[in-house]
Amino acid sequence: MENSTIQKITDDLLPQKFGKQGKLWVAFLSILCVIGFIAYCRQVYKGLVVTSMRDYVSWGIYISNFVFFVAISLVGSLITAVLRLTNAEWSTPLTRIAEIIAVSAITFASIIIVVDMGRPDRFYNLFLHGRLQSPIIWDVIVITTYFFISLLLLYFPLLPDLQILLKYKEKTSKGLYKLYSFLGSFWKNTPEQEKISNRAINILSITIIPVAFSIHTVTSWLFATTYRPGWDSTNFGAYFISGAFLVGAGAVIVAMYVFRAHYNLEKYITDSHFDKMGKVLVLLALLYLYFNVNEFLVPAFKMKKSEEEHLMGLFTGEFAAVFWFAISTAMIIPILILVFKNGRKPFPAFIAGILVVIGSWFKRYLIVTPTLLHPFLPMHDVPANYKHYFPTWEEWAIAIGSLAGALLIITIFARIFPIIPIHETIIETEQHEKA
Amino acid sequence: MNTKDNSRREFITAGVLAGLALAGCATKKSPFDPDASEGVKPSGEMVKLLSVDGEVIEVDKAFLKPVPELPAVSNDIARKGIAGKKFVMVIDLSRCKSLKKCQSACNHMHHIHPGQNWIKVYPMQDSERTAPYWEPTTCMHCDEPPCVKVCPVDATFKRQDGIVLIDSDRCIGCRFCMAACPYSARVFNWEDPGVPEEVASKPYSCESSVPQKKGTVGKCDFCPDMVRQGQLPHCVAACPNGVFAFGDILEDTVTNGAETFRFSDLIKDKAGYRLMEDLGTKPSVYYLPPVNRNFPFENNEPKEEGKKS
Repeated sequence: MENSTIQKITDDLLPQKFGKQGKLWVAFLSILCVIGFIAYCRQVYKGLVVTSMRDYVSWGIYISNFVFFVAISLVGSLITAVLRLTNAEWSTPLTRIAEIIAVSAITFASIIIVVDMGRPDRFYNLFLHGRLQSPIIWDVIVITTYFFISLLLLYFPLLPDLQILLKYKEKTSKGLYKLYSFLGSFWKNTPEQEKISNRAINILSITIIPVAFSIHTVTSWLFATTYRPGWDSTNFGAYFISGAFLVGAGAVIVAMYVFRAHYNLEKYITDSHFDKMGKVLVLLALLYLYFNVNEFLVPAFKMKKSEEEHLMGLFTGEFAAVFWFAISTAMIIPILILVFKNGRKPFPAFIAGILVVIGSWFKRYLIVTPTLLHPFLPMHDVPANYKHYFPTWEEWAIAIGSLAGALLIITIFARIFPIIPIHETIIETEQHEKA
Repeated sequence: MNTKDNSRREFITAGVLAGLALAGCATKKSPFDPDASEGVKPSGEMVKLLSVDGEVIEVDKAFLKPVPELPAVSNDIARKGIAGKKFVMVIDLSRCKSLKKCQSACNHMHHIHPGQNWIKVYPMQDSERTAPYWEPTTCMHCDEPPCVKVCPVDATFKRQDGIVLIDSDRCIGCRFCMAACPYSARVFNWEDPGVPEEVASKPYSCESSVPQKKGTVGKCDFCPDMVRQGQLPHCVAACPNGVFAFGDILEDTVTNGAETFRFSDLIKDKAGYRLMEDLGTKPSVYYLPPVNRNFPFENNEPKEEGKKS
C-alpha cells in the first residue's frame, strides 16, 4: 500500500485537541459531575434520608441506574467478542467505541452501587465477611472480572496504535507523550509480540462472553431471587440480557454518529456501518420485545391476586404512562424506523439509538420501583410519604452526574487515544486492496 | 427461667445501683474519668461487698465506682443464641383491638426512629364478604429466612434458638434483606434515628438491637435480652389483652404473662396458622384465627384498603 494512504489514515484518526465545542461539552459534563458530587456529599452527611427512598421503596433510581449501566456495558462483549468470533469484519472500527462504553459504564455501575449503600464506610465488609451465598457477592465477583477483561480488551488492541502515537511526538503534548510511552513503549510490533497479543485477545474474547452473560444474569437475580410480584420470574435472566444487548447496541449507534460527525470520520464509519448496526438493533429489539411479552402476558393471563395490583399499575395505573413510553421508545418505534432501508441511514438510525437508550433507562426504573410499591402485606403504619416514590433533586443530580461521568470518560478517552483503531484500519485497507 | 439466674441478676442490679448511688454521693466528677479516683480521699466509711471469688470484703465507700455499662453478652454469644431453646410466638387475632400498646412499648424500648415501627398492626379483610380483623405483625423469625440468605456480609443471621438478629455494627446498608423479606418486617435508618445521647453512646448489642444506627437495617428481635433475663419480650408484656404469647417450642409452652398454654394444644384447638405458608419461609410466629372476637372491629384510622396474599 502507498505510504500516502497510510499517512492519510493516520492523520484522519489521530486524536485531536478539543475545539470550542469539545471544551464546552467537557465543561458541561464536568459541571453535572460536580453537582452530583455535591449531592452525594450531602447524602453522606445526612444519610439516605435526602433521597425519596423509604422502607417500602427501599431501592430507587440508584439501583435502576446501576442496572442500566450494567446493561449498557454488555455491548463491549457483543461488538468485540461476538462479532469478532463470528468474523464480522465490518465491526472493526466500532470495537474501541464499544469497549470504552463498556469500561466507563461498568466503572460507574460500581460507583453507583456504593452510592446506594447506607454505610459506604463499611464497604470492606464485603471482603472481610463476604458470604458466597449472597447474589451481591456473585455480582461483586463477576463485575470485577468483567471490568478487568474489558480493560484488557481495550488495552491490547491499543498497543500498535500507541506505537503510532509515539511516532508523532511533535503532535502530542509532553504529558500525553509520557502517558503513551508508559503504556506502550515496550511494544515493538515484532511478529512474536503480535502473536502473543492476538492470542490474548482471542482468549479474552471467548472468556468475556460467559462473564458478560453472568454480570447481567446475576444482576437480574438480585431481583429474581426474591418473592416479590414482578421480580419472582424465571424469565428474568434472559429478559435482562436481551435488553442489555439492545441498549448497548443503541448506545454504540449514538456514539458512532457523534464521533463520525464531530471528527469527520465518514470514510471509516460508513453508511454501511449504520445499515448493519441498524439491522442488529432491529433483531435485538425484537428479541427484547419477545421476552417482554413473556414477562407480562403470562402473569397477566392468570392475574394472581399478588401480581394483579403490580400489573394493573403498569398497564393502566400510575405507571402506565412510563410503561407504554418505555415499551414504545425502547422497542416499537426503533423497530419501525430501522426495519426500512432509509431508516438505517445515519441520522434516523441515530434517532432510533437515542430512543432506545432513553426508553431503556425508564424501563430499568419500571423494573425496580413499581414492584416495591406492591408488597405482600399492604403498606401500613408508616408516614404518608413512605407510600410514594419520586426521586429528590439529590437522587436526580447523582444519577445524572453518574451518566455525565460515564460520558466524560468516553470523551476524554477519545481525546487521548484514537477512537477508531489506526493499525487495524491500515491492515484491513491493505487486505482490501490486495483482494 | 430458673431462679439461680434470677437471683444473680438481681444481685448484680442491686450492686450496680448501690454503686451508682454511693458514687453519686462521693464525688461530682465523672466516675468514668480515670483521674477521678486519684483525688478521692478515703472517707473512713467501709462497705461490705462480695468479691468475685465469693469472699466478703470491705472497701472504703469513697472508692466505689459504678461498673460501666457493657453489653450483657459478647457478639459471639449473641450470634450463637441460647442453647437448647427454640422460641415461638403465638398471636391471637381474636383478642386484638389495635390498642397498639405493643407497638409503643417496642418503639420506646428500642428507641426506634419516630414514625417507623417494627411491630405493625394491619387492618385486614381477606375478601369482600369476610369479616375484618386486626393483624399485628412482628419479624416472623423464619426458619428459612430469605433475608439471611441474601445478606452479603452475615450482618443478619439465624441463631440456634431460632431468632433472626441484625448486627448493626456490620450491616453495610445494601437493603437486599428488605427486598427479600415478604413480610415487610424490616425498616431502615434513613437518617440518624435520634436515639438519646446516653443510649447512643453505648456499644451496640445484637440482642437488644440498641442503639439503632444511621444507614443500617433494624427489625423486631424477639427481645432476646429480656428472654435471657427470664422476662417476656416488650410487646408481650405491654399488651393488656394478652394477644401475644411467647415461649419455647421445645418446652411446648407459651405464655402471655397472665395465662400459660401448651403450644401444641393451642395451635391444634384453635387452628393456628402461619403467614404465607406457601412461600416456604417457615415462620416462628403462629396466628390464631379471629373467631369469637373479644372486641368489635372498629377502624378509626385514615381509610386504607386491607388485602391479604
